[in-house]
Amino acid sequence: MNGYGGNVLRLNLSTGEVKVQPLGVEMAREWIGQRGFIAKILWDELKPGIDPLGPDNKLVMSTGPLAGTLVPAGGKVSFGAKSPATGIYGESCMGGHIAAEMKYAGYDVIILEGAAAKPSYLYIEDDKVEIRDAAHVWGKGAMQAEKALKDELGEDFQICTIGPAGEKLVKYACISHDFGRQAGRTGMGTVMGSKNIKAIAICGSKSIPLADMTTAVAKGKEMLKGCFAKENLDEWQDYGTAGVPVWANKIGAFPTKNFQSSYLEGNEALDGKIMREKMVINDKGCFGCPSPCGKYCYVKEYDVYTEGPEYETTALIAGSCVFTDIEQVGYMNYLCDEMGLDTISAGNVIGFAMECFEKGIITTEQVGREIKFGDVDSFKFLAEQITTRQGIGNVLAEGVKYAAEQFGRGSTNFAIQIKGLEWSGYESRSAPSNMLAYMTCDLGAHHSRAWSVTHDMAVGRKVLEGKAQKVVELQHIRPFFDLIGCCRLQWVEIGFELEHYPEIFRYITGFDYSQDDLMKISEKVWNLTRAFAWREIEDYGRKYDYPPARFYEEAVTSGPNAGDTLTKEALEYLLDDYYNLRGWNKNGLPTREKLEQMGLGFVVQELQGLSRKLA
Amino acid sequence: MRIALNEARCSGCRTCQVICGLHNFAENNPKKAALKIIGHFPAPGHYEIKICDQCGVCAATCQFAAIYEIAGVYHIDKKKCTGCGECMEACPSQAMFRHRAEQAPIKCVACGQCVELCQRGALYDADSKEVQ
Repeated sequence: MNGYGGNVLRLNLSTGEVKVQPLGVEMAREWIGQRGFIAKILWDELKPGIDPLGPDNKLVMSTGPLAGTLVPAGGKVSFGAKSPATGIYGESCMGGHIAAEMKYAGYDVIILEGAAAKPSYLYIEDDKVEIRDAAHVWGKGAMQAEKALKDELGEDFQICTIGPAGEKLVKYACISHDFGRQAGRTGMGTVMGSKNIKAIAICGSKSIPLADMTTAVAKGKEMLKGCFAKENLDEWQDYGTAGVPVWANKIGAFPTKNFQSSYLEGNEALDGKIMREKMVINDKGCFGCPSPCGKYCYVKEYDVYTEGPEYETTALIAGSCVFTDIEQVGYMNYLCDEMGLDTISAGNVIGFAMECFEKGIITTEQVGREIKFGDVDSFKFLAEQITTRQGIGNVLAEGVKYAAEQFGRGSTNFAIQIKGLEWSGYESRSAPSNMLAYMTCDLGAHHSRAWSVTHDMAVGRKVLEGKAQKVVELQHIRPFFDLIGCCRLQWVEIGFELEHYPEIFRYITGFDYSQDDLMKISEKVWNLTRAFAWREIEDYGRKYDYPPARFYEEAVTSGPNAGDTLTKEALEYLLDDYYNLRGWNKNGLPTREKLEQMGLGFVVQELQGLSRKLA
Repeated sequence: MRIALNEARCSGCRTCQVICGLHNFAENNPKKAALKIIGHFPAPGHYEIKICDQCGVCAATCQFAAIYEIAGVYHIDKKKCTGCGECMEACPSQAMFRHRAEQAPIKCVACGQCVELCQRGALYDADSKEVQ
């Protein structure tokens, strides 16, 4: 099938059975790829109520039709499963080269079912698929394991791995690839660990058929050169997201001291220019990327190599845990990456623990030592305790929501999460649309779906009207890139125009979709993942969409937005507006009419079968 | 075109390999590319580019006279090539590649497509730009 690897690879790890099924044309036409495939497969194949870390959960790896072709940055792959962090739909995407590789091997989707009896890794070389023993890499750091397997299998293999945190089922373990790209969120590394899978190694030699090769190549070249010509390309590839922390502080959005403030004193020392001077040794790009934002670093002070720190890592480690030395942040980035911890959740959880300690909610006796903001040893100690699930680490490994429930004494108010997923790197009391974006993100408090701080700045940071509309629009556009297998950063960061994508999509796949058609499919997936959460949780709805009380009961403590807060009434207004625009009921649940209009009649039927009351 | 390298600028995106396969085989398949990007990670953290510098050792090695030169660029005559692989072994740059669907090795014919799409200047035309 044009644009596709053409097959679905299904491995039952309990029985060792390997099945290859052709990817259906209808599946491709209706769900496009990647996140679309994942959402549909998880809806169809997972029974509600299963244990996310049991053999009934499935880990689905999928990429999209533009991946591996001549388009800007066609190198994205997503992993999806019922999330152990949130108990609802989980998904995380990453770049690197493995998305393209799986298509050259002939696969658009790889489904892992059951669980291997012993530590194993998947060996995939075109049609040769084996579940191999991984005893020799079990326990190794994520990058160490990747290196060991590369040395063993050869440079041509693209490999993703988990670190010890994934093996120990830390709820925010990531999947790592290409020595520094991570599918970090919603515990996909945890699910991989629960299946006893240390790594997936892929090497493919096949061609991807294109519907109209000549035109696709011409258009691909035009798109790449369009990116090359963008004015801010040079600045973007010099600093990548490392250029963002100082800006985020200037506008008062940097999550500081566990989100007490939105401004970190001394943040200038975290600037991308300083980082480049001190640490960057290479600009690293993912597959087909015209604007490589990966800053590969050697941190001399600690003698370690790491990719990053990226903005989100700096936000949650430097901001939330209060550090202003970029080399220290680089070192902690390295530690998390090797351990296989998502730096967003890990930074968030550790910042929370530091605040709990400062407030006397947890004690030296409980923790085993003193811990404090801005102390590398405290961070390292907690990251290691979490990864090995020792002492207080066993509680923190369950995530900030669970930890707060255990610690009590009001700590839930400043456990900065939604739906059980730790909040990513923007303090949003002075950015209502961004607050709403994280509140309603289908995964939990995450920026990947919609991020709209600049919209708040453009139209007024106190304004509430029209904010929901922008969030809805972005929740279709940004995750659209996660349907097609492309990075969104060319559009987001260097201003590459969206309208190119439907055209090249047509030349590659032969499917004649307008931009509106593609956005409708994106909206369909949005409704499906919301329905997935409702299928899992009977009382799902509005109450799962509120941020922690800190954001509406406490004011920002310092910086340009000191004193800001968002009232509960403002949050209600935003949610009402948002649900209304989505065609959902007042409780934030899709109506029968909306689902049917989206072509999700099968969802209506199943929800009714479970006695969910559809309006 | 005289293709030259500035490896320190390579970001490892492999666009060069994609366009190479498309241009020379009319297939979306970078595994058929006549150049290869090798990452050296986690340490020392850089990319290496394997590409033919048209030295001609392959032609001198070939027993079947299957490799010929036109204007300083060496081409493989696929009809004469037996796929013995001696040229690949002799190549001092390790810049001839094997694909399971092709009998003949794959080598660069200096078409310059990779240079056109390398915005980083890791691959550049030494005829039009000073050697870096």
